Amino acid sequence: MSVIIQDLTKMYGEQHAVDAISFEAPKGKVTGFLGPNGAGKSTTMKMAVGYVRPTSGSITLDGISVTDNSLKVKKLTGYLPEHNPLYLDMYVREFLRFIGGAYGIKGSKLNSRVEEMIETVGLQRERKKKIGALSKGYRQRVGLAQALIHNPSVLVLDEPTTGLDPNQILEIREVIKNISADKTVILSTHIMQEVEAICDKVVIIDKGQIVADDKLSVLKEGMNETTGIIITFENEIETSLFESQGFEIKPYGDNAYLIESERDDLRAELLKITSTHDLPLVSLTKAQKSLEEIFHRLTQNQKR
Amino acid sequence: MISIFLKEINEFLDSLIAYVVIGVFLVGIGLLMWVFPDTNVLDYGYASMEPVFSLGPYVFMFLIPAITMKSFAEEKRNGTLELLYTLPFKEIDVILGKFFAGYFLVFFSIIPTLVYYFSLSQLGNPAGNLDTPGIMGSYIGLLLLGGVFTSVGILASALTGNQIVSFILSAFLSFLLYAGFDSIAAIDVWSGWSYVISDLGIMSHYSSLSKGLIDLLDVAYFVGMITIILMLTKLILGFKK
Repeated sequence: MSVIIQDLTKMYGEQHAVDAISFEAPKGKVTGFLGPNGAGKSTTMKMAVGYVRPTSGSITLDGISVTDNSLKVKKLTGYLPEHNPLYLDMYVREFLRFIGGAYGIKGSKLNSRVEEMIETVGLQRERKKKIGALSKGYRQRVGLAQALIHNPSVLVLDEPTTGLDPNQILEIREVIKNISADKTVILSTHIMQEVEAICDKVVIIDKGQIVADDKLSVLKEGMNETTGIIITFENEIETSLFESQGFEIKPYGDNAYLIESERDDLRAELLKITSTHDLPLVSLTKAQKSLEEIFHRLTQNQKR
Repeated sequence: MISIFLKEINEFLDSLIAYVVIGVFLVGIGLLMWVFPDTNVLDYGYASMEPVFSLGPYVFMFLIPAITMKSFAEEKRNGTLELLYTLPFKEIDVILGKFFAGYFLVFFSIIPTLVYYFSLSQLGNPAGNLDTPGIMGSYIGLLLLGGVFTSVGILASALTGNQIVSFILSAFLSFLLYAGFDSIAAIDVWSGWSYVISDLGIMSHYSSLSKGLIDLLDVAYFVGMITIILMLTKLILGFKK
């Protein structure tokens, strides 16, 4: 089930929390939803699960409108809210049984489903505890189990890994990756490594507006307005050799240099220079901007 | 609705609220009925359950807000309302589930007082000399009144994220609905309208049921009140989205 968002707007008073955004989250892919704090990520997600009513625009799940058919949509979606609200007085299993019951799962199926979820998110040791007695990481797992219990087609996760320790982050990412094969996953975060680790597609939002929406690889590629090559040598070289040929050369680490140019045949020319001067070349790679840089650049530009 | 109802009941039982509410109500009413010199029936000399029915509403005025004050207020504060609203529940199911769970406690705090009926009927001279229809009517009235107070509590809880505000608001609104209209009607400015104003309040319908005359209009008043207040709750919760 793909989620299609069109011209979605949410106003809080005079302020545009979300301003006419449109994007698509395709089935079987993890769509990363990025943005600085207060960019409108959570508001968009709340609208996508039918908790907040949009001011205008539409959200559809395979043609089913979230606003008109919210009950149907709620049955198809799993949602992990940002602060992961849970009933702290409930026991883990009691809570999952309540949620499962709300989705209409009954009897022995409910029992087996609850056990399965406890297994999936790795709560075996904590299954008999009260939620209030669990640490943050385990609560997050309960939240994830809650979102998954009815095997939803669409999964909306609002910052699923905040506050977890590095091991837990990896484990939770693994869980998300494993279950995402036949689901549509929308995941918000501001951890760049996370996007690089699990997302197939990235939507970057800033001040309620979309500033980028593409596949991760395309996004990285597209940001290189000038072609850049990182050239690494075995030992130090005379940069003037390149400068005399009209290249701009900048140091880029140990014996590595970044050469930016708009010429098409950059590689070939560089190789020519190295061979004529017999320079000890180690590697020649295309410079790609890291996602962090891309993010920084896109969301900073808006402010100016 | 059922799963919300069961969740709330479990919460009441787990958090001792249920035991405290039922216990305090029964101890309070028991003391007023049998022990306190000003109100007890033994000194009064008539086999009547008057103390239960005249003072019961005032005890409820404090106890029911205590039951309902957390129903929406706490969910809002903890953010669990977001969870509840993204589960496939209709809004009205959530409200009704919470209402009936609160009402369930009210119901079970009233039921044990039926014992008083049998004690009194033994004390009567001759035994069994009691105004049975009056007592039955009063019981129905008290149950219906408990329903109105519960719905008022739910409404107050939906209005705020603060339990204390919710408690005070619902106690005040309950008082206003129960005795307020009667007192306002007693001000000497209404001339012919005072009767209408006192009819808007709970007390006039409650006392007419206490006479043992179960008028469908009185019952309809209570049921209508509960419906209107719960609808208002739905409106407020929907508006706040």
